[in-house]
Amino acid sequence: MPKIKLTEYATNLVKEICAKFNNNEGELINVLHQVQNKLGYLPAEIQELIAQELNISAAKVYGVVTFYSYFTMKPQGEFPISVCMGTACYVRGAEQVLDEIKRQLRIDVGETTPDGKFSLSALRCVGACGLAPVVLVGEKVHGRVATVDVKKILAEYKSGCLSDKE
Amino acid sequence: MDKIKLTIDNKEVEVAKGTTILDAAKQIGVHIPTLCHMKLHDMGIENKPGGCRVCVVEVEGRRNLAPACVTEAAAGMNINTHSIRVINARRTVTELIISDHPFECLTCAKSGECELQDLAHQMGIREIHFEGEKSVYREDTSPAIIRDMDKCIMCRRCEMMCNEVQTVGVLSAINRGFYAVVSPPFEQNLDHSVCTYCGQCVAVCPTGALTEVDHTPAVIRALSDPSKTVVVQTAPAVRAALGEEFGFEPGTLVTGKMVAALRRLGFNYVFDTDFAADLTIMEEGTEMLDRLSRHLNGDKTVKLPILTSCCPAWVKFFEHQFPDMKDIPSSAKSPQQMFGAIAKSYFAEKQNINRKDLVVVSVMPCLAKKYESSRDEFAVDGNPDVDFAISTRELAALIKLANIEFKALPEEDFDHPLGESTGAGVIFGTTGGVIEAAVRTAYELHTKKPLPKLNFDELRGMEGVREATIDFDGLPIRIGIAHGLGNARKLLEDIRSGKSHFHAIEIMSCPGGCIGGGGQPYHHGNSDILIKRQKAIYQEDSMKTLRKSHENPYIVKLYEEFLGHPMSDKAHHLLHTSYFDRSKHFEQED
Ligand code: SF4
Ligand code: SF4
Ligand code: SF4
Ligand code: FES
Ligand code: FES
Repeated sequence: MPKIKLTEYATNLVKEICAKFNNNEGELINVLHQVQNKLGYLPAEIQELIAQELNISAAKVYGVVTFYSYFTMKPQGEFPISVCMGTACYVRGAEQVLDEIKRQLRIDVGETTPDGKFSLSALRCVGACGLAPVVLVGEKVHGRVATVDVKKILAEYKSGCLSDKE
Repeated sequence: MDKIKLTIDNKEVEVAKGTTILDAAKQIGVHIPTLCHMKLHDMGIENKPGGCRVCVVEVEGRRNLAPACVTEAAAGMNINTHSIRVINARRTVTELIISDHPFECLTCAKSGECELQDLAHQMGIREIHFEGEKSVYREDTSPAIIRDMDKCIMCRRCEMMCNEVQTVGVLSAINRGFYAVVSPPFEQNLDHSVCTYCGQCVAVCPTGALTEVDHTPAVIRALSDPSKTVVVQTAPAVRAALGEEFGFEPGTLVTGKMVAALRRLGFNYVFDTDFAADLTIMEEGTEMLDRLSRHLNGDKTVKLPILTSCCPAWVKFFEHQFPDMKDIPSSAKSPQQMFGAIAKSYFAEKQNINRKDLVVVSVMPCLAKKYESSRDEFAVDGNPDVDFAISTRELAALIKLANIEFKALPEEDFDHPLGESTGAGVIFGTTGGVIEAAVRTAYELHTKKPLPKLNFDELRGMEGVREATIDFDGLPIRIGIAHGLGNARKLLEDIRSGKSHFHAIEIMSCPGGCIGGGGQPYHHGNSDILIKRQKAIYQEDSMKTLRKSHENPYIVKLYEEFLGHPMSDKAHHLLHTSYFDRSKHFEQED
């Protein structure tokens, strides 16, 4: 009898969210979306529980999680950084910006800094091409980012003074 | 039904509305090459993701080529299946697929049976014009199946089998684009998943991405070890399919030649799993009657229906998915394991052979039997009752390796005592056969009267779920039959919700039963082959003089000399088993 361990908080959260969508398997993407928003990521145990609640196979859930780059199985940093790699951003230097962020944080795409502050991902077009190249930190959009801006942007979050600057 | 007319390669054809171009072409003998598409007619099994584009054809007036397997034929269409444009497109997609495929044909387990290799041959591919990165994945070996996803072409047939037909849900497409592959959840090994080892994914995989674990080297080693006595048992479905590997028409019985080949390979005794199937009927039939009569006498602790337990993939399925019902299936072991237990006790004692020096090999249509023989409870002090289980395909490979001219072999008979069987044992190989065999014996034991007829046509057929009521001399016995685990699931859910009205149910994991097992010669999507094998099984049954398990003289003798009577303590110890809860349980962390 294989056992799967989960915290009470996570168990209840997942069950509530699934119930909100009537445990309808057609709502899998929305369920995953909301669970990830609350927990920050989607570990295997959580996916098993979602599969059970929606009465589908864990393989299907995992298939969807790996299909969309938005979903992650690794814990996110406090400030998740996403660099748009869509065509517009790419031609305007997104790759150099991404490399600069990697260099300064000493992490690769899909990783989190050891202090848990930042995690890094690359996205497809986020729909703000006019501002290319675009870097998202959490929900906040930074537009027309050049490699020289990276240091300043990261500093904002390191010091935690993001809200009073707005 | 509405009919429409269209033209394919200058030939006019009339088809029912809704027919695909592929099927329409087939009607006039035009075989459009396909790769991802697979359809088992009469079984309602079809895979058509429309992904590979190998089947493209030119439809007059359309700008783009159309994939024939997913495009409906329309009235007045004028179709060309081999214009230069079509041929070029087909060659290009074939080359593209091969450009991300390892060039390992010479050493690949699927060589000679691979649909991608056939396609490359048919297209006359001599060079690959696209060079690019190849996707690489970790190999996964389990007790029965090897996954080598470098060779996966993403046809998703396996996914369809595992999810839609078997409803096991181990395999799913993951990742996207270049990295897309079919995998168990979290890329864990099959061994850690809810896989039943039914092998239906292997049976339909067009390439060498999914293959069986090869036990032939170990068998060769045992055969060449002079200190070992090596006995072999052959499952009923093997004799109805082995011939296909040697150019015989599907449905040709090759029982005698198979026995001769096994003897030439050096097995000391060539025995028959059919003998153990007769033994299974004695135990399972007795258990069925016992439960039935207790139930009729008002014993509320008795659970009905009783379910057959001779298919190990089915056993693993309910252990994972219906553990709350694990006391309903019969406790009788499968024929393979009954054979092993009797060979290594009764037979070994008779011959004065130490069980460690007796090697039991099974030839099975099945991949789950490899897994089953490795289960801990089927071993004594670490020595398994069945040492190696090879598939029908592996036996064919052994025969070819040993340079045996199969077609020229004489017909020979099985050895005694474990080689004698009745027609009831033979029909275990097809869906409906186990329960028919059980009925033949249970009827006579219950009514103490001879059966008025031996063929129960009401139990035979290919529909996924069947039911029939058999008159036990005034007592109506309601019987259910399911093959394919998705169909089994339906019957199980009825039992769980209290809706089931059956007394007994037969379940086989593979579509068609063992004749369609995961270890049989590849059917390449042709379901006629399964129907022919089924006919062959019933033919062998009708040719036998003895057709009821309880009339097998060697079974009678086995009980007299050794076991006592069915369900005796000794029989219980050797021939019955118990099941485990393998479901996942969520626990709170402290
Ligand atoms: S062996 Fe059967 S259960 Fe296992 S992955 Fe293949 S189809 Fe699914
Ligand atoms: S493993 Fe085989 S059957 Fe499954 S998708 Fe790949 S090639 Fe197709
Ligand atoms: S139906 Fe037969 S071949 Fe298929 S898994 Fe069961 S025992 Fe094996
Ligand atoms: S390409 Fe970056 S926002 Fe569209
Ligand atoms: S066979 Fe038609 S698209 Fe693959």
